[in-house]
Amino acid sequence: MSKIKSLEDLRRLRVEQERNEITRQNTGVQVIVGMGTCGIAAGARDAMLTILEEINKRNLKVNITQTGCIGMCQHEPLIDVIIPGEDRITYGLVTKDIARKIVAEHIVNNNIVKEAVIGRIEKQ
Amino acid sequence: MSIYRGHILVCSGTGCVSSGTNKVVDGFKSNLDSNNLENEFLVVETGCHGFCEMGPVAIVYPEGTFYTRVTPEDTEKIVNEHLLKGRIVKELLYSPPQSETKIPSYKEIDFYKKQLRIALRNCGYINPEDIHEYIGKGGYEALGKVLNDMTPQQAVEEMKKSGLRGRGGGGFPTGLKWEFASKSESDKKYIICNADEGDPGAFMDRSILEGDPHSLIEGMIIAGYAIGADEGYVYVRAEYPLAIRRLRTAINQAEEFGLLGDDLLGSGFSFKLQIKEGAGAFVCGEETALMASIEGKRGMPRPRPPFPAVRGLWDKPSNINNVETFANVPVIYEKGADWFASIGTEKSKGTKVFALTGKINNTGLAEVPMGISLREIIYDIGGGVTDNKKFKAVQIGGPSGGCIPEELLDLPVDYDSLIDAGAMMGSGGLVVMDESTCMVDLAKFFLNFTQSESCGKCTPCREGTKRMLEILERITEGEGKEGDIELLEEVGESIKLTSLCGLGQTAPNPILSTLQYFRHEYEAHIKDKRCPAGACSSLTTYKIKPELCKACTLCKKVCPVSAITGEVKKLHEIDPEVCIKCGACVEKCKFNAIYKG
Repeated sequence: MSKIKSLEDLRRLRVEQERNEITRQNTGVQVIVGMGTCGIAAGARDAMLTILEEINKRNLKVNITQTGCIGMCQHEPLIDVIIPGEDRITYGLVTKDIARKIVAEHIVNNNIVKEAVIGRIEKQ
Repeated sequence: MSIYRGHILVCSGTGCVSSGTNKVVDGFKSNLDSNNLENEFLVVETGCHGFCEMGPVAIVYPEGTFYTRVTPEDTEKIVNEHLLKGRIVKELLYSPPQSETKIPSYKEIDFYKKQLRIALRNCGYINPEDIHEYIGKGGYEALGKVLNDMTPQQAVEEMKKSGLRGRGGGGFPTGLKWEFASKSESDKKYIICNADEGDPGAFMDRSILEGDPHSLIEGMIIAGYAIGADEGYVYVRAEYPLAIRRLRTAINQAEEFGLLGDDLLGSGFSFKLQIKEGAGAFVCGEETALMASIEGKRGMPRPRPPFPAVRGLWDKPSNINNVETFANVPVIYEKGADWFASIGTEKSKGTKVFALTGKINNTGLAEVPMGISLREIIYDIGGGVTDNKKFKAVQIGGPSGGCIPEELLDLPVDYDSLIDAGAMMGSGGLVVMDESTCMVDLAKFFLNFTQSESCGKCTPCREGTKRMLEILERITEGEGKEGDIELLEEVGESIKLTSLCGLGQTAPNPILSTLQYFRHEYEAHIKDKRCPAGACSSLTTYKIKPELCKACTLCKKVCPVSAITGEVKKLHEIDPEVCIKCGACVEKCKFNAIYKG
């Protein structure tokens, strides 16, 4: 590690590290992956890892959490996206491709990936 | 650097380490490995979360799920259920006393809800052995601000404006102390941190050293800049090995990053820091004794003035503050003195960390805004008295403090109200006592402590505490005499007035405050030869209630000295002459037929 020689150096390091710590904060944007046995069997891990990869690549501030089976097993892998102030969107049969699209379209540009949506819960 | 999907924060403070946290960390790591999750989840060993009663604790982020009393075996379940499948492991969640509800989220737990964490802001949240994590939370930003934008005089003014008072006990305004040291002319000055935490029941300084050592370092550098010192010492007792290790790691990292040493952040200001390990003598918490100890002399106090701000370590102007005080410093500069001064009461600003111990459900560390009532601390945060017993008193401020009875529980906690009530803030140790505690016995305990810790330099403290202890021992053994109470008061007052240092000046406090609120207990011991709480063994006898005794011989069998007579279906009796009052019979009796009277 080179020495921190100025306040600017320190702030650069801080920004870098803050990204690492977003996991411990509520960023507002949430991706919830259904990880019941049915979800895992249908490939939820692949979908989740793809989302994680995309988020890392694009430097986004997003929390990824998981939930158990919600009872629509035939649509697994299920992924919910919550953007503050917007409706909660549930996607079904999420492949790696759709997962990439969700990040690029929905999270970055706030355009819902309509063809994969199976549910919408109005904002509270 | 890639982000992890989840962070598992495992408390690695001394409390949780003794409850087996190291094996829990290993358990998490090996279970993550075997499930190929090591790149998705990060295990972070943090400092103390404060909720020591429930340790080892682990928090899983981003959900903030709070797992308590985690065993190495539980880690497999948490990994398989929670991390793989998103199912919270319910049986490990916190459940409040006398309640069936399980609370998943850290923020929803009563113990944390009423707290405001400033000094402990990073404890339990960051890895204390990684400077990156401290920087990520805004660490050293305050130092940068002070060095870049403020003159030393402005830094002192800002501290005065914040209203911070010494958290070590005395409550002297920190800004004023800094001003005295800054005005002393000298080629060399020192900043000293008093980390010689010796009060029975207090462990907030240790938790900060273990959980967030960089906040102490940053606070000390800022203080050094403000008074014009380029060198600092942290005086830690050797009984705190983990604290010393983490502090040493933190100092090394800060040096490596150029945050200690020469020309800090390009400002031209230089500061170096050293650790001095003390042998763990209570008197070394006294600033003049502490400095003598750093100099390699025997740790004994000397009269003041001259104060350390004028003539301190190696006769150079020095400024001494306590760990908790320094931990508050960076936040004050980061958020501004006005922000800090808006918290607390008019004359006591900010927050105070309390160590909750004794007969209280939630043993641990709690940081609360000044002015909160003792009742809120003990009942809302502390969860009330254990085993549903009746609250009797709370001893606040360690051996220098006093006992506060139930009728004063609504007292707002600040420096001045506590002094008015005959206690003091002290370090912030809070020892809760229930009806089974004898107040005379308690006073004896604390006096025994100060008496053995007296350095012996001045007569009132050396001889006076000894004589007082003798009187208390006599009273608890049933040999108390008329006039003992008055004698205790007289000796106590003169020790207070004539002792050389704070140790002696406050040593009689536990006696004087228990006399103030629980005089009747002393009288019962002396006049009726009776201990109302049933704690002093010389004054209690074990008896059998004939109406409850089923004559089962269980008690007779456990009695180690055969003091119990009686056979099956024949009423039992205890011979008080033979009985050694060990209490084995009480525990064994299924019918609650044996009592102390």
